[in-house]
Amino acid sequence: MQNRSNILLFLSGLLPISLCVAAGIGAYQILPWRIPRILLFHEDGFEVLIYVRFPRVILATIVGAALAISGATLQGIFRNPLADPGLIGVTAGAGLGAAIWIVLFGGGFLGIWGVPVAAFTGGILVTIGVWTIAQTQERVPTLTLLLAGIALNSFAGAGIGLMTFLADEEQLRSLTFWLLGGFGGATWRAIAVTLPIAIIGAVVLFRLARALNAMSLGESEAYHLGVSTETLKRWAVFGVALAVGAAVSAAGGIGFVGLIVPHLLRLIGGADHRYVLPGSAIGGAALLVTADLFARTVAIPAELPVGVVTALLGGPFFLWLLLRFKREVVHG
Amino acid sequence: MVELEQVGYRTGQKWVVRDINLKVEPRQFWMIVGPNGAGKSTLLRLISGELTPQMGRIRLFGRDISSYSAQQMARLRAYLQQKREVNFPFRALEIVLLGRYPHLNGSKETADDWAIARKCMEQVEADAFTERLYTTLSGGEASRVDLARILAQEPRLFLSDEPTNHLDPRHQVQTLDLCRSIARSGKSVIAAIHDLNLASMYADKVLILRDGNAVTAGSPETVFTPEQLESVYDLPFETLHSSSGRTVITPLAPTPQ
Repeated sequence: MQNRSNILLFLSGLLPISLCVAAGIGAYQILPWRIPRILLFHEDGFEVLIYVRFPRVILATIVGAALAISGATLQGIFRNPLADPGLIGVTAGAGLGAAIWIVLFGGGFLGIWGVPVAAFTGGILVTIGVWTIAQTQERVPTLTLLLAGIALNSFAGAGIGLMTFLADEEQLRSLTFWLLGGFGGATWRAIAVTLPIAIIGAVVLFRLARALNAMSLGESEAYHLGVSTETLKRWAVFGVALAVGAAVSAAGGIGFVGLIVPHLLRLIGGADHRYVLPGSAIGGAALLVTADLFARTVAIPAELPVGVVTALLGGPFFLWLLLRFKREVVHG
Repeated sequence: MVELEQVGYRTGQKWVVRDINLKVEPRQFWMIVGPNGAGKSTLLRLISGELTPQMGRIRLFGRDISSYSAQQMARLRAYLQQKREVNFPFRALEIVLLGRYPHLNGSKETADDWAIARKCMEQVEADAFTERLYTTLSGGEASRVDLARILAQEPRLFLSDEPTNHLDPRHQVQTLDLCRSIARSGKSVIAAIHDLNLASMYADKVLILRDGNAVTAGSPETVFTPEQLESVYDLPFETLHSSSGRTVITPLAPTPQ
């Protein structure tokens, strides 16, 4: 128990450090320990920090935290360590929403808000679709929720494919860029919209931690321990839809953060969701800030999409996970 | 304490159990026996509130079962299931502590809750592996940890589906001793079981199910007759009297032609 508080404490200390380091590094170098002085006395670099770096690292923090908590929650609900925040359709739906907006409305009348709003709407609509399809008369069985998610995910994927086919060069470029994800367009205004939605989602999910522990024994065991499992699932899907919807609308599709981070936390401190959820939030934030730092500095002045960086990190990790499970199956 | 009146449950058109009447009093240890697919688990899940009967009614402690919330139910009854699968690295003690869930009301576990969990692990001789990961325990060890979790829930009604599954003879006897002492302390225990000899050794009352119907109910001596068992299992049985004075029930393999 003490061990877990220490891990959380350590991570909470790590996050501000990685934020400052990431805010300092870039085409215009700022030493991390000079940041407080620059902010206080408006020294050189003030504008870069305030208008470019801080919005970017803060948005990455929000998105990383939202994705990781959502991944941890869905892994708990599905009792499957390989569940990912996109499983209930939010990510694919958001992608479809963004694709339709970019291709059919050519950027449209909402200006810079058009794509995020379309993405958020698409994500929520597809999630509602998954939930509705999975529903039987009195309950939403986890298995049908999973299957409905897979079905609508591939359906939305096909829609994105169709939009890609219809797109002209220019649209194709912005669509691809959006789908790969990134924080190039981070602004304070984007944060002002994303943060409240992500916080509502996160607060909803944090409150489920204890029930998710009971759920680890299985849905029926959780019921026998007094968990209202249908209510739990409804809140979980609601919270994930908000958190992931906000994250994806602001930064595009960023994979693997929601899958990897909860695992790392369980690996070092065990499975209690009261520790895994907050730990994932901080860990996901730190990981995505670091991945974004890597994405924008590795090929200055060009920028890699951050989704590519997380996938490059995540792919091998996933493989390692698989090999580890395989070993357990063989020897267990 | 537990009353079933004309209870029936069906999936699709098939009645899994039907016309079940049962009255379980405090201090009674009931065992349900019957062939595979007789409806033993379904009956337990109906009494636990997990399934809702389409026919008849179930009353727990004087109130209709549907009038209880999930949390209220969890404080009244616990259910030990056959299959358990945990995919995350929880320690054994954490699993037992989950038994305190219905008593927490959303707050953190107190020192009392921890003490109860540890005491329950000692009771089932599982205290040697409190810190082990549940996923690394053997079938029998995991069963004992789950039994400890049920004890930590401190219910008035214990339901158990094959509590002796995966256990070696010593722990089978120990588990049933424990069930009996729980019953003697004023609670009710209902367990589904396949081993007829354990049933006749421990049960106060036995309910025999076949094809979803209650064939008979009563004390083990009265219901476990070779004729009755043959009609239920389609297999001849013999009762032997051992030198220690016990009655032993054994199935007779059909003689080869």
